[in-house]
Formats: sequence, C-alpha cells, structure tokens
Amino acid sequence: MIVELGHFTLILAFVFSITQAAFGFAGATAQRIDWINAAKIAAQVQFLFTTLAFAALTYAYVISDFSVRNVFENSHTLKPLIYKISGVWGNHEGSMLLWVLVLALFGAAVARFGDNLPSTLRARVLGVQALIGIAFLAFILATSNPFERIIPAPVDGQGLNPLLQDPGLALHPPILYVGYVGFSVAFSFAIAALIEGNIDASWARWVRPWTLLAWSFLTGGIALGSWWAYYELGWGGWWYWDPVENASLMPWLIGTALLHSSIVVEKRDSLKSWTILLSILTFALSLIGTFLVRSGVLTSVHTFATDPDRGVFILGILCLAIGGGLALYAWRAPYLKGGKLFQPISREGGVLLNNLLLTTAAATVFLGTIYPLVLEVFNGSKISVGPPYFNATFVPLMAPLVAALAVGPLLGWKRGDIAGALSRLKATALTAITVFIFVAWTAGQNSVWAALGIFLAVWLAGGVITELAKKIGLGQRSSTESWRRLMRVPRSSWGMSLAHFGLAVFIIGATGLSFWKEEKIILMQTSETTEIANYKITFNGVRDQKGPNYIARQAIFTVQHKDKEKFNMTAEKRRYPVSQQETTEAGIKNGWLEDLYIVIGTNDGKNGQTVRIYLMPLVSWIWMGVLIMVLGGLFSLTDRRFRIGIPERRKIAGPSPVE
Amino acid sequence: MRQLLFLLPLSTFILLAAYFGLGLTKDPGLIPSALIGKPAPTFDLPSLMPGEEGITERDFKGKISIVNVFASWCVPCLAEHPIWMQIHNKTSIPIYGVAWKDKRESAIHWLEKHGNPYIRIGYDPLNVFGIEWGVYGAPETYIVDKKGRIRFKHVGPIFPRLWQSQIFPLVEKIQAEK
Repeated sequence: MIVELGHFTLILAFVFSITQAAFGFAGATAQRIDWINAAKIAAQVQFLFTTLAFAALTYAYVISDFSVRNVFENSHTLKPLIYKISGVWGNHEGSMLLWVLVLALFGAAVARFGDNLPSTLRARVLGVQALIGIAFLAFILATSNPFERIIPAPVDGQGLNPLLQDPGLALHPPILYVGYVGFSVAFSFAIAALIEGNIDASWARWVRPWTLLAWSFLTGGIALGSWWAYYELGWGGWWYWDPVENASLMPWLIGTALLHSSIVVEKRDSLKSWTILLSILTFALSLIGTFLVRSGVLTSVHTFATDPDRGVFILGILCLAIGGGLALYAWRAPYLKGGKLFQPISREGGVLLNNLLLTTAAATVFLGTIYPLVLEVFNGSKISVGPPYFNATFVPLMAPLVAALAVGPLLGWKRGDIAGALSRLKATALTAITVFIFVAWTAGQNSVWAALGIFLAVWLAGGVITELAKKIGLGQRSSTESWRRLMRVPRSSWGMSLAHFGLAVFIIGATGLSFWKEEKIILMQTSETTEIANYKITFNGVRDQKGPNYIARQAIFTVQHKDKEKFNMTAEKRRYPVSQQETTEAGIKNGWLEDLYIVIGTNDGKNGQTVRIYLMPLVSWIWMGVLIMVLGGLFSLTDRRFRIGIPERRKIAGPSPVE
Repeated sequence: MRQLLFLLPLSTFILLAAYFGLGLTKDPGLIPSALIGKPAPTFDLPSLMPGEEGITERDFKGKISIVNVFASWCVPCLAEHPIWMQIHNKTSIPIYGVAWKDKRESAIHWLEKHGNPYIRIGYDPLNVFGIEWGVYGAPETYIVDKKGRIRFKHVGPIFPRLWQSQIFPLVEKIQAEK
C-alpha cells in the first residue's frame, strides 16, 4: 500500500512540476504576481511529493519488502540497516529518484529563500528547474519505475554488491548528487538571464552561493569516492582515471572555472557571456556524467544499467537541455552588452588564464574518455587510453595553473602590477627554491619531478600567506592595526585563501604518494617478521570472524616502528555468501606523514599467507587538502553579502539591458 | 563573425550528440566491433604463469572458446570474477584469460586470491594483444567459434543476467553449429 502511495506521489510530483513550469514562465511573461506565487508554491509541493515517494521506497527497503522488484534485486534481509537504506540509491531506479529529489530540493530552496531576486527572474529560474524535473520524472515513470511489484514475492533478495556495502560509499552518491544537481541552479539562472536578455553584477551575486554550494559538495563527493577506492579496493591507489571518475572530474573543472569567472562578473561586470556559457556547460557535463554512468556507453563498476531504451531517453533529455541551452545561448548571448575591458595582466586576466587552463584540462579529460569510442565508431580502429595519457596531458596543464595561482590574487583588478606582485613573492620564491633543492638532493629516485610538485605546493601556500599579509598590511602597519584588519577580512576572502591553501596541501599529498610509495609483496608464515622502511611487521596468524552478512578471514599483525610503540593491525578478506563475492578490508594505520597499509591475499594451506604491504607517504594530505578546499567553499558561502539582498557596489553594478 | 563564435558551442554539441546517438543505436555495452564475424586476429602471447604454455589464435580452432581480458587493477574484473568461477566449475567451456597491462606478480596474486577460472592465461603487459583485438578497457569478453571467428564481444563486466539472457543462448547456438 505504501509502495503504491509512493508511486502515486511521484506521479503527483510530475503533475506539479508541469504546473510549476507553466506558472513560472507564464507568470514572468505576463508579469502576474499571483501566477509567480503559484509557481513558488508548486515548487515546494513538488519537493514534498518527491520526498514522500523517496520515503516510500526507503520504507520498502527498511522492511525488506521483496514484492518490490527493486528491493528484491538490490537488498537482502541479512544486510545491516544502514546498507538497506543506502541500497535505495545503490541501483539505477533508486539513484534516479534521489537525483530528482535533490533537484526538487534545490527548486524548493530557490522558491523559499530567493526573496531577494527580482520576481520575474525567480519565476523563470523556477520554470527552467521545473522543465528539468519534468524530463527526469518522466524518465523514471516511463522507463525506470522503482515501485514495480513482482508476484509472487520472493522469499529473500539478491543482495547489494558487497563492494558497495561501505559507509563511505553509502554517503558518496547523495553528496555527489547535491554537487551535480546543484549546478542545475546555475544553469537555470543562465537560461533565465538569456531569456530576460539581462545579466549584471547582481545576477552573479545571486548565482554565486548556489555555485559555491554545488562546488563544495561535488568536491567532497569526489574525494569521498576516491577515499573509498583507497581503503576498499585494496590496490593502494586513490585515482584511476576510470571513465566514471572522469565524468565527475569534468563538471568539477568547469564548475571551478565558473566559480572564478562569476567573481569577475560580480566585481567587474565583465566576462559575462563566457560565464553564462560556463554555467550551461557545467550542468551539461553533470548531465553527461549521469548519462555516461547510466547508459552503458561507458562501462565500469559504477554502471548499473545497460538498457538501450533508457540510454535513448536520457540522450533525448540531454539534447533538449544542452542543445536547447546552447541554442538559446547562440541566439541571445551576442546581444548581451559587452563587459568592461581589462589589461591582460590584472586580476581579471588571472581569472581568464585560470579559466582557459581549467577548460582545456576538462577538454583533455573529455577527449581521453570518449576518444577510443569515437575512433571505433568511425573507422573501427582501436586504441586504449590509460593513466599515461592523463598524466602526460593533465598534469602539465595544472602546473602552470598552480604557478599562476600564487600570483593572481596579488594583482589588482583592471590593471595589475606584475613586478610589484612578484617582488612581494620574493620570500615565497626563496623558500620554495630551497625546498626544491633540498627535496631533489635528498629524495633519490624521480626526485626532480617530486621536488617540482613540492615546489609548486610551497609556492602556492606562500602565495596565499603573502596575499593575506598584504591584505592586512602586515609589516607596514602597526600590529594592532593588522590584527584589526585581519578580523575584518570578509569570509569570502577567507574562503578563497582556505581553498587555495587546501589545494597546496593536496598537491603535497598527491606528489608524495605518486613518487615515494613503497610496496612489498611476500608470503609470510605465522610469527615471521618482515621489514619495510622503518617498520618491523610480525604476522601473528589468521582467525575467522562472522559479520552480519559475511564471513571474514582476519590476519593479525604486530608492528614495531623504529622509535615508536608497538601496535596491532588487522587486515581482512570478507566473503559474502549471498553473492559469492569477496571484498578486501585493508588494514590501515593512518599517520600525518605516512600510512602503513596491509592487504592479505590467499592462504597457501600451510599457514603461509600472501601479504601486500604498502608505505603510503603523505596520503592523508590528499584528503586533508580536499577537506580544507571544501571548508573554504562552505566558509565563503556564509559571507555577509550573500545573506543580505543589497549589492555593495551599486554604482558599478548597474543593470545592462539588451541593446 | 562574432555571431558565428557564439554558434561554436552548439555546433560542437550537435556533433557529439550525433556521435552518441550513433553509438547508442549500435547497442551500448556491446561496443560495435569491426571484428565480429571475422577470424580472430593473429597473436602469440607468452603465459602469465612461468613455464606454462602461452596462447595464440590457433588454440581456438575446433571448439568454442571464451576469451576474457582482465587485470588485477581492474575493479569491474573483480565484480565479474565469480561468474567465471561458476562457468569454470559447472561447464566445460574453456575460458582463456589475458592478463592485460598488468604486473606479472600482481596478476598471479590476484588469481591466487580470487581463484583461477582460466584454462590458460596469456600475459600482455604492453598491450600487444590489446591493439590487435581492439581492447577498449578491462574487463572485455569475446566468444570465438569452432572456426576461430569472433562471434561476440562485450566491454565491461558480465553479470549473471547478461550471461543468462544473451551469452549462454549464443554459446548454445554456436555449439549446435557444425
């Protein structure tokens, strides 16, 4: 009964999204405030009904109602409750429902909290949001109904892929989706602005919080997925250039470009049509991310469905959304009033360079992901593209980006003083070069490239500190004055410093892990001892342990670091009888400077145990760096100017109507 | 002129959409391969296991064979692995493995850890086989008939549903051929 209600409320949500679109566009065109208000209410009602539908499916999972096909195929009575719940989105139908739920949430949030927006703009934004909602709700109802029953109901379910039964992965999809779908708001604002033919500084200020929110979640979501791969897949890697990882990286790169170019629109009323294009592209890539993952055009562990009907349907949605958006852009954007001019060496110039490098990087990732398929369709020749391609194209684009990143924020708007900026960076340069020489000198193999990575990180971190010091007049004003200024640095500015600093921390981690990882694969007998770097590792044997829905073989190790206390570590292999699959639970000892990472393999039957031991230098800096970046994004989100409706720079930020 | 510039994103997108449309009508998952129905490309791989016999295309003559490209670094390979174990245990269809772009030790350990369903395993660290056969990514699965022709190709993991609905019927059909 509840399941049928869920289906019914989903249909109601579909009906209300049509209402929302109709009242939104008609209200804005006719300038009728009552219609606009109706669209606002419809957006919130649509969210309510989508939530109910989602709750109904969750309920079916929680009570293990196997008469629902979706529950039968993806759940099992023995599964712990948290994975019963995460099983809701661990499959195609449920994850589409989650997608629509997040979309409806953003629509409702614009309706509820967008009071500082001009009412026609808000109505159009709601209208566009509703159009996206209509498309995806129709997709679910027509091709992917999660509420389908099977009669008679089977006794037990088929279980969820054990690899996905993990706390990190339980949270990964919802967070990633808030990121992906969050960019729909930027898209809707872009389309609404194109329809109105008007984009100005206040437009940028309205879009920015949504972009920041989406960006922060997307960043966090990608990092969570990567963290999961690190500790669950047991291969000691954190990024594989897997097509699905690339699908989430592309909107991140373009979204990052958008985040920066919208600052230029806000502060300098420039780069306007470019920013609109980035808004469209970011969401387009988010959709393509969904599409690539769902349609089976690209296959990987993430792919749930290989059903051509669904693929064609999603392709249709994509063509309408992206093609429609870009057509509108081609038609209307040329008439947008050109922005203010600026010198190449200026803050705007810096952002433009950032944008060019980020979009180029996104393009190389895009090419690397789809090129093999394109080639095969056209002439049947075959190639495969792997990490070497991405390392050879992506990294060289990021290096100048990071180098310039230290300088950019030190340049003034409109016309920058590059000599002045560089002279402020003297101390930073000196430190970075010293570190470079030190690392290259001490660190043996591959040391020049590793040293270059560390050099860039120190250079960037120094740049961030220099910029902050300049802002508060450190060394030029009295210390009390500097302190007073420090306290008054706006949160958005802190956000920038944090995010850039986080990137520096991330680079150190990525460099360390790429160049200094050590690994050892050996067969160990009970109470045998082996050494890696400064660790002595003793194998104490294995024992069997029973989990809720798996049987684990657990190996116990005692580890003695040269100058630290002894500690124990365990590594597991888990077998899930329902699906006959095995998963690896690596034993990981986290540390600031390095992780010790132990994975076990087969038992040779004579107490021998294959053991893989990795020393992962600086790996926690990767997650730490990303966490700081996310905090930067969220901190910036709390900036005062987003909470109050009055633009700070009215004089510059006048509206610029269509010519 | 300036107007044309604004048309650029749209035209790029149309090209891409046309491409994806083409890809989809040719059935996703089964990446269209120019090799279907053609004799298996020639190759000669050494064995992954030291001292054992390698694989060449001549091994496929006279019986139906499954060729499965895998790698220890490949997560989907692990996901589909149980099905190969089952086929190995329950049927007599020979499964040839190709350890692709992998380190020898890693691949051997991986098989020790998860079980070895393969009758023989070729070792292809440098993508020699991969280029000849057009491997897009691991895992990839081929079915070669008694005359040594490739009859089926699937990119990505094989799950029980796909095995039952498509691959097994095809295997039976090929087995019935003379």
